[in-house]
Amino acid sequence: MDSIDGLLLGFSHALTLTNLGWALLGCFLGTAIGVLPGLGPALTIALLLPITFSVTATGAFILFCGVFYGAMYGGSTTSILLNTPGESGSIITALEGAKMAKNGRAGPALATAAIGSFVAGTVGTLGIAFLGPIVVELALKLGPAEYFSLMILCFVTVSAVLGSSALRGLASLFFGLLLGLVGIDNQTGQARLTFGIPELLDGVNVVLVAVALFAVGETLYLAWRWAETKQVVLPVGRLMLSKEDWKRSIGPWLRGAGLGFPFGVLPAGGTEMPTMLSYYAEKKLVDPKYAHEFGTTGAIEGVAGPEAANNAAAAGVLVPMLTLGLPTSATAAIMLSAFQSYGIQPGPLLFTTQADLVWTLIASLFIANVMLVVLNLPLVGLWVRILKIPTPQLYAGILVFATIGTYGISNSVIDLVLLYAIGIVAMFMRRFDFPTAPVVIGMILGPMAEQAMRQALTISQGDWSTFVTRPVSVSILVIAAVALVGPRVYERWGRRSAR
Amino acid sequence: MTRARAYGPDLGAGLFVLLLGALALWQAAAIQSSPLYAQVGPRAVPYGVAAGLVLIGVGLVVVALRGGWSSEMEEVVEAPPTAWRSLAYLGAGLIANVALIEWLGFVLAATVQFVLVCAAFGSRHLLRDLGIGLAVTVAAYLFFARVLGVSIGAGILEGLI
Repeated sequence: MDSIDGLLLGFSHALTLTNLGWALLGCFLGTAIGVLPGLGPALTIALLLPITFSVTATGAFILFCGVFYGAMYGGSTTSILLNTPGESGSIITALEGAKMAKNGRAGPALATAAIGSFVAGTVGTLGIAFLGPIVVELALKLGPAEYFSLMILCFVTVSAVLGSSALRGLASLFFGLLLGLVGIDNQTGQARLTFGIPELLDGVNVVLVAVALFAVGETLYLAWRWAETKQVVLPVGRLMLSKEDWKRSIGPWLRGAGLGFPFGVLPAGGTEMPTMLSYYAEKKLVDPKYAHEFGTTGAIEGVAGPEAANNAAAAGVLVPMLTLGLPTSATAAIMLSAFQSYGIQPGPLLFTTQADLVWTLIASLFIANVMLVVLNLPLVGLWVRILKIPTPQLYAGILVFATIGTYGISNSVIDLVLLYAIGIVAMFMRRFDFPTAPVVIGMILGPMAEQAMRQALTISQGDWSTFVTRPVSVSILVIAAVALVGPRVYERWGRRSAR
Repeated sequence: MTRARAYGPDLGAGLFVLLLGALALWQAAAIQSSPLYAQVGPRAVPYGVAAGLVLIGVGLVVVALRGGWSSEMEEVVEAPPTAWRSLAYLGAGLIANVALIEWLGFVLAATVQFVLVCAAFGSRHLLRDLGIGLAVTVAAYLFFARVLGVSIGAGILEGLI
């Protein structure tokens, strides 16, 4: 099916009252949790996973994508008005955005962030619609050996390439792989890594791990370092862009979107890199007339570009997720596990076997984008009020939802104990600067990689050289190896030649 | 170059990863391998993951012995001292929840937890937190049990809602 037909089909399904309702609910929820510091889309979607038992796949995924996009919009509000970025993609937005807010220009900063997010979200979603089928076409030619190599590449990029240390990233990844191994091996029926505890035969639940990492660990860390501080929410003012603001924003929006999307599509994940690049690009390209505003009173270009890059990268992450079944962010990994709970096999066949679902989803992303601009501009007062929820009640509430989400899995106290144990590990991970996203990705992608590996080895009759003799497979592995050691070698070489 | 001194906390983190790897090796060795699956048995990947963890653990220990990585991190240097009082209240909240949830049900156990967590973060309004906590837990219960259709088990207040 080509993209235009697909989109027409998608919109015809997405524009029903029920599906519009799911999109609206998702956008609303997503913006709210994006605004709240300490809550993210990965945690929210994990807590909403039980919905997969009672709602159709289409409805659930429209909801999840609304949450995913909404959180990106909401995150910018927090970083501009509080100067505390809620997630890694909005760190750069806080740089200039908070400065603008301090100088009474919070309104234009919020407006350029919201409209920029809309522009980038639309560009990114168009990218998904037109790039998706092309990637699928290529992906259908891949066998299990190539798939396994692709997953290795994905593991390397999400853990070792991004972040401050390859060693710590890999430690997180392997912790996730270990958690993913617990339970019955689905090919031989053997119990693995269960320590003889019968409750572990079903494996460690994804929801439990996500909640432990993103809610319990975060709360414990906050308590560990607790010191009473007063947070100031800066006033919003008028939410208007002047003619001059428009002129200054359009370029950064488009450049940011163009920069962000490819970064999201590559199995490198992450929004830090494109937002940072966009910031430096805008700083270089800015009209000399306004150059002095960077770092002083806050330049609108420095908000418009990175915010667009952030949203376009987030949209890009959906391309490998939908076309290859490869999650490159924690949120995408949890969405992938939702596919599995519907019994849908993620991967290139998704576009043919579940064409209705995929195209409805893509159409809903366009709709969600429109809803989000509307929700974010006139309703900004509501989000500011959410921002003012005091920390004690906010974190106490987060733990209530953490408890119910975990206890609801099997009504077992053992799950709660496991939740707190992994939460304590997560607290120390935060202290020692271990990234948490690779844990979730390793846990969900690990079992899929093992399956692909064993399939490939069955086809090759146990010959391990299959991964390095098939040309596509070996090329992917070489890229993975370069991505792993390349930056270190380059760094060492640079240091030597500098001496 | 002078040899930097080992950094204790980072050494602990490295040793923990090493311990995790050792546990994984022990559990991988305990997996029963049936001779029917001669190609790749259920043990290959667990052994690989365990070996990976051991190697990474060794790597982290070596880095820690050379001075570690986190002693100069901004977040660690500027961090306020450990808030034992907050941690104690939070810990009490989590333990109370585990201890009470089967006995009193989710709503009451989570309300107790809510009040203790609020106290952990400096709230001094016990009655107000109790009221908010009850409202939040009941709302969470209604959403999960009625809207999402999740079974949250029985409890004293759950029967009345």
